[in-house]
Amino acid sequence: MNGTYLLQQLVNGLAIGSLYALLAVGLSMVYGILRLINFAHGELMMVAAMASATFLAGLRVWPPLLLVGGMLLGGVLGVVVERVAYSRLRQASEVNLLVTSLAVSTFLATGALMLWSGQPRRFERVEVLSRLYEVGGVFVRGADIAILAMAVVSMALLTWLTSRTRLGVAMRAVAEDLRVAYLMGIDPSRPILLAFFLGSMLAGAAGVLWGWKFGQVAPTMGFVPMLKAFVAAVIGGIGSIPGAFLGGIVLGLAEVFFVGLLPATYSGYRDVFVFALLFLMLLVRPTGILGVSLARKA
Amino acid sequence: MTRERLDTVLYWLLAAGAIAVALWAQAGWNNYAVRLLTYSGLYVILVVSLNIVNGFVGIFSLGHIGFMAVGAYVSALATYPLARRPATFPTLPEWFQSLALPYPVALLLGGAAAALVAAVIGFPLLRLRGHYLALGSLALLVIVEQLAVNLHPVTRGSRGLAGIPMLTTPLWVWAVAVVVVYVAARIKSSGFGLLLGAIRLDDVAAAASGVRLTRYKMSAFVVSAFFAGVAGGLWAHLVGVIAPSVFSYDLTFRVIVMLIIGGLGSITGSVVGALGLFLLPEAFTYLEGAGTHGLSQLLLAVVLVLVMIFRPNGLLGRRELSLARARDGAGPGGRLGARTTGADRPNPDDA
Repeated sequence: MNGTYLLQQLVNGLAIGSLYALLAVGLSMVYGILRLINFAHGELMMVAAMASATFLAGLRVWPPLLLVGGMLLGGVLGVVVERVAYSRLRQASEVNLLVTSLAVSTFLATGALMLWSGQPRRFERVEVLSRLYEVGGVFVRGADIAILAMAVVSMALLTWLTSRTRLGVAMRAVAEDLRVAYLMGIDPSRPILLAFFLGSMLAGAAGVLWGWKFGQVAPTMGFVPMLKAFVAAVIGGIGSIPGAFLGGIVLGLAEVFFVGLLPATYSGYRDVFVFALLFLMLLVRPTGILGVSLARKA
Repeated sequence: MTRERLDTVLYWLLAAGAIAVALWAQAGWNNYAVRLLTYSGLYVILVVSLNIVNGFVGIFSLGHIGFMAVGAYVSALATYPLARRPATFPTLPEWFQSLALPYPVALLLGGAAAALVAAVIGFPLLRLRGHYLALGSLALLVIVEQLAVNLHPVTRGSRGLAGIPMLTTPLWVWAVAVVVVYVAARIKSSGFGLLLGAIRLDDVAAAASGVRLTRYKMSAFVVSAFFAGVAGGLWAHLVGVIAPSVFSYDLTFRVIVMLIIGGLGSITGSVVGALGLFLLPEAFTYLEGAGTHGLSQLLLAVVLVLVMIFRPNGLLGRRELSLARARDGAGPGGRLGARTTGADRPNPDDA
């Protein structure tokens, strides 16, 4: 085990971590406003990926356009879900919201399974992104750089949006107390829709980038990454967008080093390790790395 | 006879009826009908036991099927035919190769193992609330599934463990179902149940009034997991084969839907939800032929969203089947308040 090997593991960890980060940032965006952990987030990613693989990739669209298409699809679908289901439950209890998001998630997953069957599908790769670049003995895939860049940019933009703009202030007001925000003259539907659109857009982006990274996508791909994005958000401190990003990176590194440094017989326990980490984190530091407080939100 | 007495008689009559039907089924129903009866009993056990945590305490656990898996594997190992053990589990120690337990003991052992796991995992898990707890418990489900896949010497991995003696009969299942319903009903009407209700309505206020949150939450969680474990044992000995993929999120979702549509906190609702939502899709499948599994899952999801929007407390709310209630509209089941509980904030659309 030498320096190059460790460095390679570090790069691999960053690569998988930035995918988690991208998902976790989107998840945090929605959580930040509705106090809802959107179970359907992973399925939005899946739908964007599957749709791109079937409808768009066949047309040989210019790759950046495909990415935008996937993002729009994710965003629009997120808004539709919000309008059709969540918006009718504004006054409902937390449990009812949660159950509804479970139902939406199951609906999307089952629908996709019926439409596309469970077989993984080939995702049209892009030469620049699938190539391996060598830097000092360490290999980096183009797609991984793209994912990392995407995660960093979206994290920065969304942090700026929520902390510096009028709309961001409205968002935080709605998140703090919907009724009082109403009384202050804020129409909550606009910030909520925007949060859903942006958050879900990132899920769409993750879907297309996933396709480029792994070269195949499947209707069952959404479930576990969604859970891991949640773990990432908890590690970083849920509700905090920079925290979600950081949590994703930390989780990716932890996961890769777990697999890379232990004997190969343990590699099957990868997900067990990740979720055990969740429990450990909740025991030791339930507010996460950057989280402020788990204080009760009325 | 007071109305409460009348209800007690009614419940025992229903229980006796369930047992009688199970006996009748064993006496000569066709295989398909027996299968339907047995599975619906299993769903009743799963949903009612889940209700003890999700409905009574108001914490939303999604790890129930994980406990079921623990019970299934443990009880299956306990009854596994001795003759086949050296070939199936060559690496397991000597004492295991020669120790076969009777079926009822194995069921209890499976339940106890699930309860033990719940007690250990409950320590970090039950400190969480709401969505966190839901996702944390879902993580538990994934952990159990992954362990079942990877602990190959014990579980035979993802191909599953076959050759479990098929000892489960409708009578076993429905006897356990009656016990679960009885235990849940006793909890609901006891002081312990009231404490759980207090935790559900406002845990901070409950803690301030001296209710030991962790202790009571943990008790409910462990009892619930015990019955999930027993259900797992019944399942394993019904099908004869268990594989990690059986104990999936799909099954979790199905049980959750049954619980929610019946009405969180209502035992009657759980029974009705379990029977209705198992038998109705089954009837559709029977009418339309095979290949509609996905469709029924899709419909369940749609129905669930509609119920959440238009009837947020499920079909029965927290109410129970009661003759007293039928007469004066406020029986014992309504004591905690059918519609005014804190967990179910009033919905303007549901006036």
